[in-house]
Amino acid sequence: MNAIPLNFFLLVAAVLFAIGVAGVLVRRNALVILMSIELMLNAVNLTFITFAAKWQALDGQLFVFFIMAVAAAEVAVGLAVIISVFRLRGTVHVDEINLLKG
Amino acid sequence: MIPILFFFFAGLAIASALLMVTHKNPVYCAIFLIITFFALAGLYFLLGAQFLSVVQVIIYAGAIMVLFVFVIMLLNLSEEVRLPAGRRLQSGFGIVFAAILGVQLLVIAAAGTRVFGRLSGDTPVSGTVERLGAALFSTYLYPFEIASVLLLTGIVGAIILGSKKLPKEQ
Repeated sequence: MNAIPLNFFLLVAAVLFAIGVAGVLVRRNALVILMSIELMLNAVNLTFITFAAKWQALDGQLFVFFIMAVAAAEVAVGLAVIISVFRLRGTVHVDEINLLKG
Repeated sequence: MIPILFFFFAGLAIASALLMVTHKNPVYCAIFLIITFFALAGLYFLLGAQFLSVVQVIIYAGAIMVLFVFVIMLLNLSEEVRLPAGRRLQSGFGIVFAAILGVQLLVIAAAGTRVFGRLSGDTPVSGTVERLGAALFSTYLYPFEIASVLLLTGIVGAIILGSKKLPKEQ
């Protein structure tokens, strides 16, 4: 049987997570930063499902289910915050939202 | 067959994730992120998580990304301005730290086939609706109920934040 080693899936998840971290650190648009956070959450989901397949247990998949629920709530509130900030400051550029800067 | 599908979906996911992070226009970023989510749904299916693969397409590629595209439309965003020269250092450090983290994760994940085993040809755990539903309504009943409260809080919070009249509004 030509089977894929399970750690290949973990390698893909690691690469996707690192790309997400780079996006959060480098991009200056608040929307794209939120998208990069979604990418990191998905990388973690892939890790959970890989380990569910390794241990032949369903619990990993249920964790992914709950992570998806939390991600949906997080995106709704995060986008509402971004809309609110845009109304107040007229930009979503995170370097210009510096009211807390001393 | 499974190796071909794996390399196709993995390559698609990584390539479109890279394009998402590097593209200037937020609309294209959203579209590349949708492609990444579809590729990840394919990987979930290979791992035997049929229900989650469908949910990934419906919730992430459907609902969440529609929300993103709507907000991009509402805000009427222009393209990102180039970083001023002094800020280049900041993004350089960002890439370096992300690369360090990525190498660390890769080293851990590359620990070897002997540790992690292989994906056998027949589907390993089949995450069907029936089995997931049975677990959700027995072992994971309390987390399930708490998740519904969390989603309700999210709805209320989003409505309040989105509709409030702000003092400095022009």
